[in-house]
Amino acid sequence: MNNLIEVENIKKNYHTLNGEIEALKDVSLEVKEGSFVSIVGTSGCGKSTLLNIIAGLEDKTSGQIKFKKDIKIGYMLQEDALLPWLTVLDNALLGLKITKEEDTEYVKYLLKTYGLEKFMDKYPKELSGGMKQRVALIRTLATKPDLLLLDEPFSALDYQSRLKVSNDVYNIIKKEKKTAIMITHDIAEAISLSEEVFLLSKSPAILKKHYDIIMKERSTPIKNRSLPEFSYYYDMIWRDIDEPI
Amino acid sequence: MSQSDFIKKYKRNKRFIKVMQFLILLSFIVIWQILSSTNVINSFIYSSPYNVFITIKNLAISKELFTHIFTTLSEIFISFVLGISLGLFIAILFYECPTLAKIFDPYLTVLNSLPKVALGPIIIIIFGANTKSIIIMALLINLIVSIISIYSGLKETDKVRLKMFDTFKATKWQKLKMLVLPSAYNSIIASLKLNISLTLIGVITGEFLVSKSGIGYLIIYGTQVFNLDLVISGIIILLVISYILYKGVILLEKILIKTY
Ligand SMILES: Nc1ncnc2c1ncn2[C@@H]1O[C@H](COP(=O)(O)OP(=O)(O)O)[C@@H](O)[C@H]1O
Ligand SMILES: [Mg+2]
Repeated sequence: MNNLIEVENIKKNYHTLNGEIEALKDVSLEVKEGSFVSIVGTSGCGKSTLLNIIAGLEDKTSGQIKFKKDIKIGYMLQEDALLPWLTVLDNALLGLKITKEEDTEYVKYLLKTYGLEKFMDKYPKELSGGMKQRVALIRTLATKPDLLLLDEPFSALDYQSRLKVSNDVYNIIKKEKKTAIMITHDIAEAISLSEEVFLLSKSPAILKKHYDIIMKERSTPIKNRSLPEFSYYYDMIWRDIDEPI
Repeated sequence: MSQSDFIKKYKRNKRFIKVMQFLILLSFIVIWQILSSTNVINSFIYSSPYNVFITIKNLAISKELFTHIFTTLSEIFISFVLGISLGLFIAILFYECPTLAKIFDPYLTVLNSLPKVALGPIIIIIFGANTKSIIIMALLINLIVSIISIYSGLKETDKVRLKMFDTFKATKWQKLKMLVLPSAYNSIIASLKLNISLTLIGVITGEFLVSKSGIGYLIIYGTQVFNLDLVISGIIILLVISYILYKGVILLEKILIKTY
């Protein structure tokens, strides 16, 4: 198996008192080890549901998920979810504390490497939105996951810090050599960060299209935005979104 | 207006309020005394500041005063601590088993709206005319409210943070200890204020019904022997105790509450 994870024909129905809700109709995708991929789709189409199922937080109705090996999954949410009564260091340590693998040295190393050394003893309210998001990422990275799931990790940030933070987070993930699946409704963000993009249809989701994002001079996400291929893919995906299935 | 003028004005206003508050109390006492000395009001029924002073002094000399205060204070302390700890325990139980909470919901609602004094006679028959009944009475009054307010505090735990704990496969116990309780900490502390007021009501009601000692007893006993000086002295002692306890809890809250 060349892929780290293979998702096959996932279907998900929610049961509620107002009836059954079809969240995912039929979604399949494969992710190569070491790659960064994005899933795009309109809001409410089932992206978070898909990620929750991959993370094992929710059961699927049918379909299969195959992993290359017994992998560890890290999940980063839309909000940083930092605990205001803990210092930055303790927040970053929280994941390891829960899994009972506390390794203060490693977490300190991560904070140091990613520019948070001076803030270790500060509380979350003293940090900018982007810094908080970095702490949240380190909290997840500290558990040494093989696969990172990111659910709209930058959507709570304003546009300017969003570019910068997505650049930072991308660099961290690449430096740590992690495989990542990111959800976003921002097509530009998806193209600038990813090697592959999966487009989901409107709710209930099926996989509508898949793109290999090939850029000859690929570098950092911010720089990728000014490459000629960027607008090519941007226009193409926009066109495909509106097209009926 | 400069900043220092503003501060001066603010301080002057604050002092004015304090002075007025004191003057109201002073004139109340003076007028009360004059009215009873000049026999405009019947001092046998309405007592007088001087009579109250003498009554309390005599109670203090005979050491009876301290026995009564001690009795009432210890009943308040026991009921307060029991109310908070039982309330916390049951609220956690409800939080961890939502089905249990739903089953008991109508009973809590009914009990909460019932005037608990109505249960007094039954409590006396079951538990006897003793301190136990007083504490049960106080618990009936403070416990339901404690459960409800702590439980709603626990339920306010941020959903995203709960999901974050799930992503690390946290156990229920870990979530409770590391997230839910710390999140609800401030609302638990804030519920102490309500609890102390209710505990006071409960304890005095209980003492009215059964006791042989305590400030509530003093008031009831005074009524029975038609010693209105004793009744009003009791009320004034109670006033002072309530005020001190309430201020104490507010101070405790200030010390314990955390700002993030
Ligand atoms: N726990 C749930 N119970 C019932 N319906 C849900 C639940 N979670 C999500 N849904 C529904 O499933 C659909 C997909 O939701 P979601 O995966 O959150 O969408 P997205 O992340 O793409 O915005 C929505 O219609 C939503 O209302
Ligand atoms: Mg979502």
